[in-house]
Amino acid sequence: MKTKSKMNGHTILLLITIGLFIVLYAGGCIAYSSRGFSHLQTFLNILITNSGLICVTCGLTVVMLTAGIDISVGALIAMDCMILAVGMRSGHNAIVMILIVLVIGIAFGMFQGFLVGYLEIQPFIVTMAGMFFCRGMTAVICTEQVSITEKTSKLFYDWANAKINIPFGGYLNNKGKYMVPYIRPSVVIALLLLLFTYLMLKYTKLGRAFYAIGGNAVSAAMMGLNVKKVKMVAYMLSSIFCSIGAICYALNTMAGSVSQATGLEMDAISSAVIGGTLLTGGVGNVIGSFFGVLINGTISSIVKTNGKLASSWPNILTAALLFVFIVIQSVFAMMRNRKK
Amino acid sequence: MNNKSVLTRIKNWNLLLPVVSLLLVMAVNIIHDAAIGANPLSFFMITLRQTTGNGTILYGRIIDILNRGSEVAILAIGMTLVVSSSAGTDISVGSVMSLCASFCCMLLAGYGVSSTTTLAVPLIVGILGGIFIGVLCGMFNGTLVAYFHIQPMVATLILFSAARAIGLLLCNDLIVYVRNEAFGFFGGYIGVIPTAFVIAALCIIVTSLFLKKTAMGMYIQSVGINPKASRIAGLNSKRMIFMTYTVCGLFAGIAGIVAASRITSADSNNIGLYFEMDAILSVALGGNSLGGGKFSLAGSIIGAYTIQAITTTLYALGVSSTQAPVFKAIIVILIVAIQAPPLRAFFKRRSAAKQVKGAAV
Amino acid sequence: MEGNVVLTARGISMTFPGVKALSNVDFTLRKGEIHALMGENGAGKSTLIKCLTGINDFESGEIHVDGISGPVKNHSTKDAQEVGISTVYQEVNLCPNLSVAENLFIGREPMTKLHTIDRRSYNKRSQKIMDELGIAVDVTQNLENYSLAIQQMVAIARAVDMECKVLILDEPTSSLDDEEVEKLFTLMRALRDKGVGIIFVTHFLEQVYAVCDRITVLRDGQLVGEYPIAELPRVKLVAAMMGKNLDDLAEIQKESIENVEQKELEISAKGLSHTGTIKPFDIDIHKGEVVGIAGLLGSGRSELARAIYGADKANTGTLKVDGKEVKINQPIDAMNLGMGMLPDDRKAEGIIADLSVRENIILALQAKRGMFKQLSRAKQEEIADRYIDLVRIKTPNPETMVKQLSGGNQQKVILARWLATNPDFLILDEPTRGIDIGTKSEIQKLIVELASQGKSILFISSEISEMLRTCNRMAIMRDGEKVGELDHDLTQENVMKAIAGGEKEA
Repeated sequence: MKTKSKMNGHTILLLITIGLFIVLYAGGCIAYSSRGFSHLQTFLNILITNSGLICVTCGLTVVMLTAGIDISVGALIAMDCMILAVGMRSGHNAIVMILIVLVIGIAFGMFQGFLVGYLEIQPFIVTMAGMFFCRGMTAVICTEQVSITEKTSKLFYDWANAKINIPFGGYLNNKGKYMVPYIRPSVVIALLLLLFTYLMLKYTKLGRAFYAIGGNAVSAAMMGLNVKKVKMVAYMLSSIFCSIGAICYALNTMAGSVSQATGLEMDAISSAVIGGTLLTGGVGNVIGSFFGVLINGTISSIVKTNGKLASSWPNILTAALLFVFIVIQSVFAMMRNRKK
Repeated sequence: MNNKSVLTRIKNWNLLLPVVSLLLVMAVNIIHDAAIGANPLSFFMITLRQTTGNGTILYGRIIDILNRGSEVAILAIGMTLVVSSSAGTDISVGSVMSLCASFCCMLLAGYGVSSTTTLAVPLIVGILGGIFIGVLCGMFNGTLVAYFHIQPMVATLILFSAARAIGLLLCNDLIVYVRNEAFGFFGGYIGVIPTAFVIAALCIIVTSLFLKKTAMGMYIQSVGINPKASRIAGLNSKRMIFMTYTVCGLFAGIAGIVAASRITSADSNNIGLYFEMDAILSVALGGNSLGGGKFSLAGSIIGAYTIQAITTTLYALGVSSTQAPVFKAIIVILIVAIQAPPLRAFFKRRSAAKQVKGAAV
Repeated sequence: MEGNVVLTARGISMTFPGVKALSNVDFTLRKGEIHALMGENGAGKSTLIKCLTGINDFESGEIHVDGISGPVKNHSTKDAQEVGISTVYQEVNLCPNLSVAENLFIGREPMTKLHTIDRRSYNKRSQKIMDELGIAVDVTQNLENYSLAIQQMVAIARAVDMECKVLILDEPTSSLDDEEVEKLFTLMRALRDKGVGIIFVTHFLEQVYAVCDRITVLRDGQLVGEYPIAELPRVKLVAAMMGKNLDDLAEIQKESIENVEQKELEISAKGLSHTGTIKPFDIDIHKGEVVGIAGLLGSGRSELARAIYGADKANTGTLKVDGKEVKINQPIDAMNLGMGMLPDDRKAEGIIADLSVRENIILALQAKRGMFKQLSRAKQEEIADRYIDLVRIKTPNPETMVKQLSGGNQQKVILARWLATNPDFLILDEPTRGIDIGTKSEIQKLIVELASQGKSILFISSEISEMLRTCNRMAIMRDGEKVGELDHDLTQENVMKAIAGGEKEA
């Protein structure tokens, strides 16, 4: 009886997500074992490639919990990367540039949060304008691709190429050399942020306030929560996390350009939704979102390993998954309403 | 007394916002032209010009705006209806445009062919095929919004992401060129007038006639204003919402074909890029509330051409096409912030306080 | 302040634009009593409660709360909670996606040394609170997993745990079934015994007599009186609420209505119901007949009409229109069978605020014709003008937005909308609410006239006198059920007695 009531729709969705990831990954391992898909490094590579996305999805999950949305994230990453690249090219210290990027993230998020929380403008419109602002600003800063090289910033270059070895799961390559699996610093940043968000959502007043507002904003206000402020903080967190994600992203790409991270907002939203975060707010957690990112990463990885599939397949598959999950959510919601 | 009533009438005129914006843009142009020493009225000059192909066309900045702004104007028609009926926006229109263009070009060139001068199927099949895909996409969005109660922007997010990718798939990741004169017609000229403008005008006229001759306009507004009362009065709210999304898809298809014809190719990655933003902006700039209900099609159309005028002006001022979004973003935020209820309430309180103060003195 | 009084309000007045919502109302709540606040729509119940909880700023008068010196003036629900006044509404104001314990403690969570939420501590405390109140729940479960009754009780538990002295329950039982109501009452009695003063607002007379100690009745923004429960039998309560003193109930002169010789049936419903709002009912309505539905607000009178019209699709039963069995899925089906309905909530379901008077009038007729057969503009104007004249709508011109008209004129616009469709069967749900006397009698005359043209009418009103003037027959509703019909001896006294129902032994 008790276990039955605990198995509600949300838990089922999360289990479906985790199951889907396992099936996808296992499928990849079986189909492409000859191409090294089953090595631990393949999985680690998914983490490395998607470290930025993990950070962004954490922030987006917070915003979506309050029944909002933030589609400015991809463009903000492009702007941050461009600022990093241009700043370092003109000789500034990497640490200074990182701090600047973080401050910009806070300021930008605060402004968006103010518009959503205090002026009650639809989040979608606000963040869409934010997206265009950042994308345009990137071009205002520099229209060309700017690379970060060993010359521009030794420190940043070293971070980007640092390897953190994993003591197990290695393999012999076809030349008989033992390959030690590794991750990059960006993965550490992303996983720490994930852990932080998980704890914050579960164990702080602020975290529970996000859930309360998404569950029922009117009730939350009546119970004495400052809805406007909490909403603003959600958008601030999203932009800060996104800026941290931008640093991870820059560590991976070592460049800034106008067209960077286009459509990343879509990947982040679909990851969160596939991970069981409800678009109507109040339900979801970052663990689910993390698996959402892994599913997206696995799909890309499979398509890449296959080598023959067109590059647009990951997009289409992600959208198809998003479609399936949104419809499932909607059907669950309708069933619940009918019961009442 | 009389003066005052004229003033209030202007204040309540529903096209005030778009017309004022348009006038502002013109003013900026005149000042800029005067400042750089050119003829201050060069913005309004229309001349006849010889083309390389020995034709004669109209030329001038206004003509350019009317020509280039046509796709957004076509999209704005559908977007206006969607916003009115469902208080939401269809963000997939740009992507759907691209998909329709790709499908049309794929049909015309044949699958896998990347460049052709002869058509694989009759032109009409390609065109109708492209538009048909647009309608299908609209129906998909409409089903999700009306029957599955999914927030409009989330529902349309699916095609926002997928449509462009499907288009790429249809074109084998290539830019498919259809270098055929008949196909290039839609992006070219009828006599001296740009075809795109004629198509946009036709779309506007047909839609206006439809709104005038059927009860569709009233139905859409009624559903957008009060869906419950509309249901009691015998309207089918869900079906109306479904229909507006379908119509929006149809116009996205038409806009996609015009865009493809303009460059006689299907450049999946770039056709319709960011057009959803322009279309939504047109609706807002047209004085329509993004909260649904009453709409003015004329406002949206003026809004669409105003946006093109802004873009053209920005280019004239030396802003590059990648930088232009900054200004558009600022304009969007200004427009929606002015309309934001808390800000309005704030100003109302302040002016009321002022009146009390004035009365006391 | 007397020793056992926990809240007094003296001379509270409050005006909304154009309406005196409360004038000089007194209210006293004692420790450890359950006090019913009764009144029909517009009596001022909710306005008074909003004054107590700080949602409304009242203009004059004073509120005193036990233990606080000086008058209390709340400006928000938070202020009210701080002086010990908590409210639980019909719609539970909690977050369904959080656990029961979190709902009890959100905004005031106990913290650990690390400035994180002390989950274990509040789970334990919550379980203790719920156990003490005798509510069987697992506090770590999400609130949405529990029934509405339990959610209601969690809301009450939250209020109680925040040390409230005054607990306001605003129609908490509207969506509960009998068993759940009983559970709630047990909790209410337990709280009363602990010394909490409870203000109980409800439509259900049964419940008032089941649980309350005292009744205060309001009418038209004025205090009618405060009575111990034993001194106010049902019939007197109904009379007090409806504004007629039983002792001097003069027989109202009925306007002559031709007796409808039993013509054929227009509407015949058997066992129609809508789950959760109205239990199965039968009703027959003949051609040219006006049938009234009498009952208090919330007794199911509107719901009966909505089930016939398809506004809430009927779950069970059969409906015959003109002798033919029909299936109505949505309003347009009913309209095509010649029905029309003027709903009771004018704003939410009646007017299309931003459309013009003309468009509002022709809307239903246009909907019947279909989208592609538009009435020509000339025809629209002709219809609009005709009905503006006929029902005397005061509007600057037909193109004025309907939201700019007064309430009475808006109501007439909706009436015109239905008259324009020339219906055979018209449902009028509170057509005269909030309308001046002159207009009221116009509408009553119109009803009689329509009936004489052979149309059938279902007429719902809070005012028995106007139904007496117009109806041939009345159906009596009580607590979500049709309990009977009166077709002769239609007098105010008989109707009121029927509405009040038999006194149940305690």
